Amino acid sequence: MLKIDNIHARAGEKEILKGISLTVNAGEVHAIMGPNGSGKSTLAQVIAGHPGFEVTSGSITYGGDDLLDMDPEVRAQKGVFLAFQYPVEIPGVTNAYFLRSAYNEIRKANGQEDIDPMDFLDLMEKKIKLVDMDPAMLHRSVNAGFSGGEKKRNEILQMAVLEPKLAILDETDSGLDIDALRVVSGGVNALKRADNATIVVTHYQRLLNYIVPDFVHVLAGGKIVKSGGKELALELEAKGYDWLVDAA
Amino acid sequence: MGSSIETLVNKEYQYGFVTDVDSDTLAPGLTEEVVRLISSKKAEPEWLLEWRLKAYRRWLTMTEPHWPNVKYPPIDYQAARYYSAPKSVKPLQSLDEVDPELLATYKKLGISLTEQKMLAGVAVDAIFDSVSVGTTMKEELSKHGVVFCSFSEAVHNHPELIQKYLGSVVPYSDNFFAALNSAVFSDGSFCYIPKGVRCPMELSTYFRINAAETGQFERTLIVADEGAYVSYLEGCTAPKRSTNQLHAAVVELVALDRSTIKYSTVQNWYAGDKEGVGGIYNFVTKRGKAHADAKISWTQVETGSAITWKYPSVILQGDNSVGEFYSVAVVNNKQQADTGTKMIHVGKNTKSTIISKGISAGEGQNSYRGRVQVLPKAEGARNYTQCDSMLIGNKCGAHTFPYIEVANNSSMTEHEASTSKIGEDQIFYCKARGLSTEHAISLIVSGFCREVFKELPMEFALEAQQLLGITLEGSVG
Ligand SMILES: Nc1ncnc2c1ncn2[C@@H]1O[C@H](COP(=O)(O)OP(=O)(O)O)[C@@H](O)[C@H]1O
Ligand SMILES: [Mg+2]
Repeated sequence: MLKIDNIHARAGEKEILKGISLTVNAGEVHAIMGPNGSGKSTLAQVIAGHPGFEVTSGSITYGGDDLLDMDPEVRAQKGVFLAFQYPVEIPGVTNAYFLRSAYNEIRKANGQEDIDPMDFLDLMEKKIKLVDMDPAMLHRSVNAGFSGGEKKRNEILQMAVLEPKLAILDETDSGLDIDALRVVSGGVNALKRADNATIVVTHYQRLLNYIVPDFVHVLAGGKIVKSGGKELALELEAKGYDWLVDAA
Repeated sequence: MGSSIETLVNKEYQYGFVTDVDSDTLAPGLTEEVVRLISSKKAEPEWLLEWRLKAYRRWLTMTEPHWPNVKYPPIDYQAARYYSAPKSVKPLQSLDEVDPELLATYKKLGISLTEQKMLAGVAVDAIFDSVSVGTTMKEELSKHGVVFCSFSEAVHNHPELIQKYLGSVVPYSDNFFAALNSAVFSDGSFCYIPKGVRCPMELSTYFRINAAETGQFERTLIVADEGAYVSYLEGCTAPKRSTNQLHAAVVELVALDRSTIKYSTVQNWYAGDKEGVGGIYNFVTKRGKAHADAKISWTQVETGSAITWKYPSVILQGDNSVGEFYSVAVVNNKQQADTGTKMIHVGKNTKSTIISKGISAGEGQNSYRGRVQVLPKAEGARNYTQCDSMLIGNKCGAHTFPYIEVANNSSMTEHEASTSKIGEDQIFYCKARGLSTEHAISLIVSGFCREVFKELPMEFALEAQQLLGITLEGSVG
């Protein structure tokens, strides 16, 4: 599904990703861990197409197509979804309207008609239960004045509605209390299918008790310094990152 | 800002139409003779001619104001023509003859085929008869005693009302452009709502049907008698072109005790090309006087014109009267707008609210200019002003000039202001959800303007929102 081959990327003069390769197949869950500042968010943003990062070499293919050649909206329309580490506020635009616009754009890209607004309401009602969110939030401005936890839930709600093929969750767990964590990961698990894949970026192994990864990768200094199965996360929990970072 | 926004900012916006008007036109220049001629062509009563002449003489002693924050080459008033009666508009035979860009805009605005034809000057088929629609509406209105007609008609049919209220809010001596308008105004609208009557319909559809004939020096007078209510809609989201560069309209609102006038405007005059060449200069004087317990509410969405100079104001004359001003002003390319409001608190416990949203893109310059004046006797007066600016790109500007004068100490005024830039992060967030850059900007900007849009009559709010999207799609992003 996703094939990252020796990617180098920078922001301004600063090289952040220094040769990353990663292959994600349908049905898999990958966890990317690593210390602060190691480049996890940068990798996530590069996959989503943030214009602030320049890919200087390497390639990324998605479903066999050149992902780097696509505009961010095209990537989204083709099923790439990034749950932002820092979701953005859009004052004056209701959550419901924003979601419906996004939903319809994706339908349009797939040659479908706009959804009937009533049908969309039904859909929202179902999805909002999945993340245990107060329906009143739908009528508030996108992320404006939301608490940290509310913003994260809102990202998962968007994911639930848009049903991506490849979801990247960037530190969706940080700022969530245990109950919220359970709800959010429950939502993510409920959306898991054989034909989609998830990349979970996290700082803590805690989340991986709920979302069980098939692979764990450790990112340090812009490189993947170790990959392994889910037991690697436990090892990191016990030993920290230093032994890997020093080795790298 | 990313390069994508810059590119979109530089995209061209093309529209406009010019109807082929075979007109009865006076030679250029403004003299007393011209004023007399205009009056006689309209068969006006003597008192109105006198009024025009007084205005003309006063105008001669005045100079064009240069305090607004706008720049333009000197206007040669003697080179302009002051009378041009549309004799016959040669209708086009079908919409195929109309500028496809314009049709595309109409389509995006969801304007019905028939209305598209009317706006573009295409002969309308027998199925739809504008006269009959107009007549049906007029019948409905006259059942309630509402008078709604052209200014010229009103001069003949309701001279007592015109004589009583013309110039009562905006005297001919008010300012340079008001004096010019008073001397040479061509036509406009008149509306009277009798005591206790709630006008049975938004005066909008009707207006739009007639909107194609808007003149250069328009004069509008609306009188709401005691306890009456009216919602009036001026203008049209459809882009309009005019052969006259200078437009100087005057609008006077009279809200008698306990009445309400809601006046909404969507202004989309031709803004000129990317260099600002050929756009309309729109110098407007709009003012209302609110008597005891009355309310006047101005809502405006300004997207057109090369230069806009406009301050819809309210004189809060009576005790407990209320004034409101909700405004969205968009400038792009070389457009310049200096717009805002004046709230003059005369009566006790008067209240005013000002919500201004300025959006600047391209090399546009947007100024908010507001004056809140609380006179000594206006005890307990209140004003709330919120003035937000949004910048798109790096070459535009936003300026605010708030003036607050309070002459008693039982009054309260509150002023909030903010300036924000459409952030790359906001746009990227939308794009990461599948929205194009254009869609993203239109969404973000609509959100920014929400407090104003919700004041517009429902159907019009949707149109205004779309208009903003289209304006930004073509000219900003
Ligand atoms: N836009 C940017 N400009 C310059 N440096 C950046 C930018 N974004 C991230 N960085 C730097 O790149 C490094 C990796 O950041 P990030 O990908 O956010 O790390 P992580 O998500 O692993 O904590 C950090 O040193 C950070 O300061
Ligand atoms: Mg991060």
